[in-house]
Amino acid sequence: MTTAEMLELDRLREEVAQWRARFDAAKKRNALFANSGDVVDPVYTALDIAGDGSALELPGEYPFTRGIHSTGYRGKLWTMRQFAGFGTAPETNARYKYLLSHGQTGLSVAFDFPTLMGYDSDHPRSEGEVGKCGVAISSLADMETLFEGIPLDKVSTSMTINGPAVILFAFYVAAAEKQGVDIKELRGTIQNDILKEYMAQHAWVYPIEPALRLIVDNFAWSAEHVPLWNTISISGYHIREAGATAAQELAFTLADGFTYVERGLARGLDVDDFAPRLSFFWDIHNDFFEEIAKLRAARRIWARHLKERFGAKDPRSLIMRFHSQTAGVTLTAQQPMNNVVRVAYQAMAAVLGGTQSLHTNSMDETLALPTEQAVQVALRTQQVLAYETGVPNVADPLGGSYYVEALTDKLEQEAEALFEQIAEVGGVVHGLETGWLQRKIAESSSRQQWEIEQHRRTIVGVNEFVTEEGELTIPLLKVSEAAEREQRARMAQMRAARDNALVESRLTALREASRTDTNLMPFILDCARAYCTLYEIRAAMEEVFGAYREPVFF
Amino acid sequence: MPQSLEALVADFEAGKSAALARAVSIVENHRAGYDELMTRLHPHIGRAQRLGITGPPGAGKSTVTNLIVQSLRQEGHTVGVIAVDPTSPFTGGALLGDRVRMESVALDPGVYIRSMATRGSLGGLSARTAEVADVLDAFGFDRIIIETVGVGQTELDIARTADTTVVVLVPESGDSIQTLKAGVMEIADIFVVNKGDRPGADRLRNDIELMLGLRRGSAGGVPAHHGVQLKTFNPIRIAREAARAEDPERWTPPVLGTIASRGEGIDLLLAAVARHFRYLEMSGALKGRRRIRLRNQVAEVVAERVRNRLWDDPETNVWLDAQLDLLESGAATPFSVADELLRRSGPLLTGVDA
Amino acid sequence: MRPIRVLVAKPGLDGHDRGAKVVAAALRDAGMEVIYTGLHQTPEMIATAAIQEDVDVVGLSILSGAHMTLIPRVLDLLRADGRDDILVTGGGIIPREDMDALEARGTGRLFGPGTPTSELVDYIHDWFEARESQTA
Repeated sequence: MTTAEMLELDRLREEVAQWRARFDAAKKRNALFANSGDVVDPVYTALDIAGDGSALELPGEYPFTRGIHSTGYRGKLWTMRQFAGFGTAPETNARYKYLLSHGQTGLSVAFDFPTLMGYDSDHPRSEGEVGKCGVAISSLADMETLFEGIPLDKVSTSMTINGPAVILFAFYVAAAEKQGVDIKELRGTIQNDILKEYMAQHAWVYPIEPALRLIVDNFAWSAEHVPLWNTISISGYHIREAGATAAQELAFTLADGFTYVERGLARGLDVDDFAPRLSFFWDIHNDFFEEIAKLRAARRIWARHLKERFGAKDPRSLIMRFHSQTAGVTLTAQQPMNNVVRVAYQAMAAVLGGTQSLHTNSMDETLALPTEQAVQVALRTQQVLAYETGVPNVADPLGGSYYVEALTDKLEQEAEALFEQIAEVGGVVHGLETGWLQRKIAESSSRQQWEIEQHRRTIVGVNEFVTEEGELTIPLLKVSEAAEREQRARMAQMRAARDNALVESRLTALREASRTDTNLMPFILDCARAYCTLYEIRAAMEEVFGAYREPVFF
Repeated sequence: MPQSLEALVADFEAGKSAALARAVSIVENHRAGYDELMTRLHPHIGRAQRLGITGPPGAGKSTVTNLIVQSLRQEGHTVGVIAVDPTSPFTGGALLGDRVRMESVALDPGVYIRSMATRGSLGGLSARTAEVADVLDAFGFDRIIIETVGVGQTELDIARTADTTVVVLVPESGDSIQTLKAGVMEIADIFVVNKGDRPGADRLRNDIELMLGLRRGSAGGVPAHHGVQLKTFNPIRIAREAARAEDPERWTPPVLGTIASRGEGIDLLLAAVARHFRYLEMSGALKGRRRIRLRNQVAEVVAERVRNRLWDDPETNVWLDAQLDLLESGAATPFSVADELLRRSGPLLTGVDA
Repeated sequence: MRPIRVLVAKPGLDGHDRGAKVVAAALRDAGMEVIYTGLHQTPEMIATAAIQEDVDVVGLSILSGAHMTLIPRVLDLLRADGRDDILVTGGGIIPREDMDALEARGTGRLFGPGTPTSELVDYIHDWFEARESQTA
């Protein structure tokens, strides 16, 4: 630093101090809202940004704070990917065709709860839940129907499935084979992030260790057979929705990611063979700038750790690609039209943060599954953002903002501090077993609930600006009870039509393989091809692996 | 006996779970009819073996309990479980979460699970746990398992309530050592080192056996401090050998390893429980423990009756208020007033009209 | 007066237990004894636990859309054991018309998303006091 620069810095410090004195003396109110409850300064200046030259960083360059593409969104807009699925495979197939014809560019499959837990539609525990919150897929037959008339080498498909993820993925691969598609062409993502299930979302099947083994089996198999497929979507979404703060979402999700990398390395895989196919999924909450900073910090932390800690060399291993979804937890049942506005601001934060794909929630989702009209408004929100606002014209337009840069640095520091705490409790797996991670999230969740009930945190239309004259009503989607009956009938038909001796032998082979260290993906795929059902495959492995038992932490 | 209580006892004797649950509530709350109910049940009490499970938080007590229940059911025994969790001293509320761990036996008609809050009691159980165990005993369960709060300090009530007390500990937890220091050595009939696959499990087992061996050695006249010849006096080996021997005179707690998450080691634990019960029978300790339990129960009933009969009596309260001036002036002391109160309350206390 | 005993349960296969846990903690803080049974409970498990624990109230949290199947089954099972005196209440993502239908079927009040926990606490207190004064 030259003498002139140092004098300039001193002058600036003096000016800010005088400004601060005037501010402190003035009559004013506190910050109205800070998502994670932190103190926000009234103004940020050049003094708040690190002197490490990160302000000189360019988009598309390491450590990718400013985005993974040098072209920003000029090269390619984000993928508008609306999560959808309900009822039976034929109904959802029709919805997909509708969405694709309205300009949506990727599919995202929402499965019903029985499927998410690995139960067939005709299993007793599925009663009343078939097709309710997503589509029911119990075998390859259902998966074929779901994508009937949609060429799987032409769309990219995201599947939100975790506990039994590898089974549903096998159905998808088998369905592509049936369509005659070269599976090397398949593009898309399975969520497959089991660690956050134990942490927050709770759709688990097996205990932690066998579940991690299945994930690494899939890393290894996919690197060879479906090289364009994202084998995991390491998700902060559910952690945040369960009540975590932005810094916790950031740190816990990245710590999960590091754990998967460690497991892959422990298997003997080369980091550059599987790290390029790891993707992420973030929740976009209300605090506009904090969310943007979170996404910027996430990219930077991932790149630095992959390079410095895990020795990745391939630039594709260093870049964090991610999907975003506006925060479902911020939607309100009261005055549901207000949700359109919330979603629009959150979507803008996601885009300013440089997301690769985006789901915008529909206004009616706290009340029921979204109606076609509500889904259309949500999609149009993204299209207005993309084509009318001018926001995508410039890469990382908030780069250099004193506030956003300072917030990015702060979130990075908070995440690093949390990584240290996680290491102190013995890592993510041990932190889950002892409940440390779950308790951290629960504490944040309780604090937020308390703040809302104490009116320390304003939720428009819920604890302030409440309308007395009854709720605005919007039409709701009803999933008919007929879906469950139809699905059960189709299952019976499929079970009668398949080669049951083949089913038995494939399941036996899988069960036996589960007792060894061999990669299970080929065995699961063979089961899928033989029309073994989801639950049959789940149960074959469960005989060896056992089931996960819920620990209770408040 | 009122009609409703009569109907309840009939349903109870017919083995209806809802009637059992109601009876437990009446006893837990000492609701009207409680003593009549206990009187009716008394002849049926004393058949069940009572097993206590204690240990610090996070040791896996509920998981161990669940596995024991599963094994006992496979052997054909019916099982009643009482799971105790703490009451908040600030709000009086409680979160009772032990059922979550027992999901695999939740629908078994041969199993009854009841969650209890401590309601101000500090000994790791509620003041009513022993009586609730009596109710389960009278209902006909072969085995009763009582799981304590597990705050790790003063869990001494369980040794008075159960025939066999199992202390569950885990390695790499400072709590375990604290627990050992806090007097758990004295109440344990069996030690379980759970999560036996974790680092430190062998060390913890050795530490416990060392303490047991030293205790046994010193009691047996072998010098346990200076000049111990470890070649001739190996306390760990003494503890292990003593724990294996069927000695009708003296019980040395075995130290067992389990990995509850995988169900490992539960068969050995149950075998040790059975062996301990045989020891209690052979040595006469069972009879002794049960007689002490009956004696304690009488003392508790006396204390409660004295309290209720005195302070529910309006005339006694009026009389005491009238003594306050004398107390204040120093003309009487709390002790003289108390003696006088007991003297004048004779008929009230005996329940016989003067 | 003795503490009110409440079973807080999550029927169905969805894993969203944040609401159930917030409610359980709020009821505890309001001086109640709360028995929490965990996720993925079947109606049979819920009714069995409610009867064994002799609770006054069953609070169900359900977001999976299966409320019209699962809640009536809990009511029926309690009734079959002569325990229709237990208050069955709760909340979740349940459309207004379904709430009306379930209340007509014999549940207590059902609460939508965003209801302050204090409202549920007050409701249970009032119900309990009314019942105790009737039986006293």
